[in-house]
Amino acid sequence: MKTFPIGGIHPSDNKQWSKDKAIEVLELPDSVAVPMIQHIGAPATPIVKKGDKVLTGQLIGEATGFVSANIHSPISGTVTAVDMLPNGQGQRRMMVVIKREGDEWVETIDRSTELKRACTLEPKEIIAKVKEAGIVGMGGAQFPTHVKLSIPEGQKANILIINGVECEPYLTSDYRTMLERGEMMLVGVSLLMRAISVDRAVIGVENNKPDAIAHLRKLVADGAYRGIEVMPLKTRYPQGGEKQLIAAVTGRQVPPPPALPISVGAVVCNASTAVAVYEAVQKNKPLIERVVTITGKHLKETHNYLTRFGTPYSTLIERAGGLPEGDVKILNGGPMMGRALVNLSAPIMKGCSGVTVYSDGDALRGVEQACIKCGKCVNACPIGLEPYLLARASKLQKWDVAEEHNATDCIECGCCSYTCPSYLPLLDYIRIAKQTVMANIRARANKK
Amino acid sequence: MANRIIAAPSPHIHGAESTRRIMGDVVLALLPALLVSAYVLGWRVLFVTAVSVVACVAFEYLIARFLLKRRSTIGDLSAVVTGLLLAFNLPTGIPWWIVVIGALVAIGIGKMTFGGLGCNPFNPALTGRIFLLIAYPVQMTDWTTGVPDALTGSTILADVKAGLTSVSEVDFVAMLGGHMNGSMGEIGSFALILGGLYLLWRRVISWHIPVAVLGTMALFALFLAIGDGGAALWQMPLFHILAGGALLGAIYMATDYSTSPMTHCGMLIYGVGIGLLTMIIRVWGAYPEGMSFAIFIMNAATPLINKYCRPKRFGTK
Repeated sequence: MKTFPIGGIHPSDNKQWSKDKAIEVLELPDSVAVPMIQHIGAPATPIVKKGDKVLTGQLIGEATGFVSANIHSPISGTVTAVDMLPNGQGQRRMMVVIKREGDEWVETIDRSTELKRACTLEPKEIIAKVKEAGIVGMGGAQFPTHVKLSIPEGQKANILIINGVECEPYLTSDYRTMLERGEMMLVGVSLLMRAISVDRAVIGVENNKPDAIAHLRKLVADGAYRGIEVMPLKTRYPQGGEKQLIAAVTGRQVPPPPALPISVGAVVCNASTAVAVYEAVQKNKPLIERVVTITGKHLKETHNYLTRFGTPYSTLIERAGGLPEGDVKILNGGPMMGRALVNLSAPIMKGCSGVTVYSDGDALRGVEQACIKCGKCVNACPIGLEPYLLARASKLQKWDVAEEHNATDCIECGCCSYTCPSYLPLLDYIRIAKQTVMANIRARANKK
Repeated sequence: MANRIIAAPSPHIHGAESTRRIMGDVVLALLPALLVSAYVLGWRVLFVTAVSVVACVAFEYLIARFLLKRRSTIGDLSAVVTGLLLAFNLPTGIPWWIVVIGALVAIGIGKMTFGGLGCNPFNPALTGRIFLLIAYPVQMTDWTTGVPDALTGSTILADVKAGLTSVSEVDFVAMLGGHMNGSMGEIGSFALILGGLYLLWRRVISWHIPVAVLGTMALFALFLAIGDGGAALWQMPLFHILAGGALLGAIYMATDYSTSPMTHCGMLIYGVGIGLLTMIIRVWGAYPEGMSFAIFIMNAATPLINKYCRPKRFGTK
């Protein structure tokens, strides 16, 4: 069975808490705060003002430039504020606040549940619809999908890879999506193939999800989806990392930054993103909701909810029976790459595949000890770095050493910190080094 | 009480590994060899080992608390490992005060001078042993409390060097089981291998260093045999692996984290270096056994090896 070539770890997947919970539709929030930045790139420009009436699916934020994304209203009602409000990490962002009145949708959106396979659109038209719908990578990175699909002049894609790996522990939203919305996803995959003109797509799924693999294989075997292969991968974190997944599926390694996956002929999209593409192209439905897992060992209940964006994190936590006793850590995402939340009234966004709650001892870090030079971080790094050395260079502020040792290659997967027997916060240091080195490189480029 | 919300950067979970667990595994892996040694060489083995371990832990505690004035680090169990390994490198009959001096040199000079665990360039236990070997050569090579029916009071490597033993007189099965003269920890070959397999299984060590060291030694002996008919004992690969401190050194001493390279490629170079140096000393040197010196010399080369044997950068040829 295939997997990526170097490094990696095997954390317990902890998916048992929520994997058997079917997708439920979460009740509509009474009001939402919709951030104008839910993607990598420039924030969208709000095109509504206080007092405006909006419908579900109506454009409220317009993409600013190419690397940006449209934002649509997730509910219908009245705009009560357009203001800088704190996000989950407490940073102020431009948001449009809407008070809900009913749930009236924009007319052009097809809300029927009937599967629509046929599509005669040209690649350009598909990409335009994806762009219009404000679709971004839903695996967490939130990179605008239309940018990924617009292949630069002189380069050519020859394979589409669908990321159904979900290697992040706890999360089950992609898993449930593949099981319950598999056909929608496969139509989405066909549309994506058409958009980038490739005749081969591989859906990579780790072998800890055998029923998802079997289900998708059954659907593919029916013959309606040509050129799509479901590939089981050996379970190993961070297989869902873009570079790791491409290497696992094709054996090709994307060169170090700034090279992009297209340099080896690959385009990677997340499984949930493929469903969003289906809905956008076939149903005219913009990206206004997604499946979000609410999970944690100490929660009373766990769920996989179809959640409208802008719903506060606290709603999900209430539905899971509230926070457990003691000190808690609440994560947007899973434990390896998720970000800790400090503001629970902040809105859920496009890249939020789950909310993971830790309590008591699980929420705390271990006590730092001296580096014993065991080399475990070096062997765990999936990108071939020397984390102990980078962390030390960062601590000593030797940015030239960090640059020489390729700090900017780091994908921030966290394998080094996870594996360190001395509990050193290696990734904390490497992040600082990476950001500083990138700033230094930019400064040098500006001088020239 | 209201919940406190804790925020920190990712990752938010940690693997089962800890320094204490690793050191505990090494202690566990060394126990079978210690028991074999006590069975073959007598109860004094346990006494010497206890003195060594207690002295090492005590010196680390005292130096950390009163000289360096910082938190004691004895909880990580690394001083216990140093104590065990130092004892394993001593003859059974050694006076207790020499053991204490060895422990002081091992922990005091070999480890704490450089800043404690992880900062030492040389294996602390070996630093202690080599100091004792030079300072107390008579006591360090007195094997009289050894196996009752052994040929002489010296080790088999010394016998071979002196031309006293021939192939027909060596019983390899007995060597595997620990029936030979030598330092306390180097004699139970089978037990040492068993512990090594445990460490491999627990992923405390990888195969690279032990295999490179022992493989190089075996190949070296084979080349000697090709040059000279292969009749003599010092030309037999198996003899070199079982005699002296080859197994103890290759599995437990050379694999010390702080003093060995990080990458697999570096580990192989380091291991081959140790194997070569050991054989050169054994065959042509003044000492009958060269494992300690070989590891010590390659410890010095480790930073250089780390500099050149870097992991392959993802996405490059």
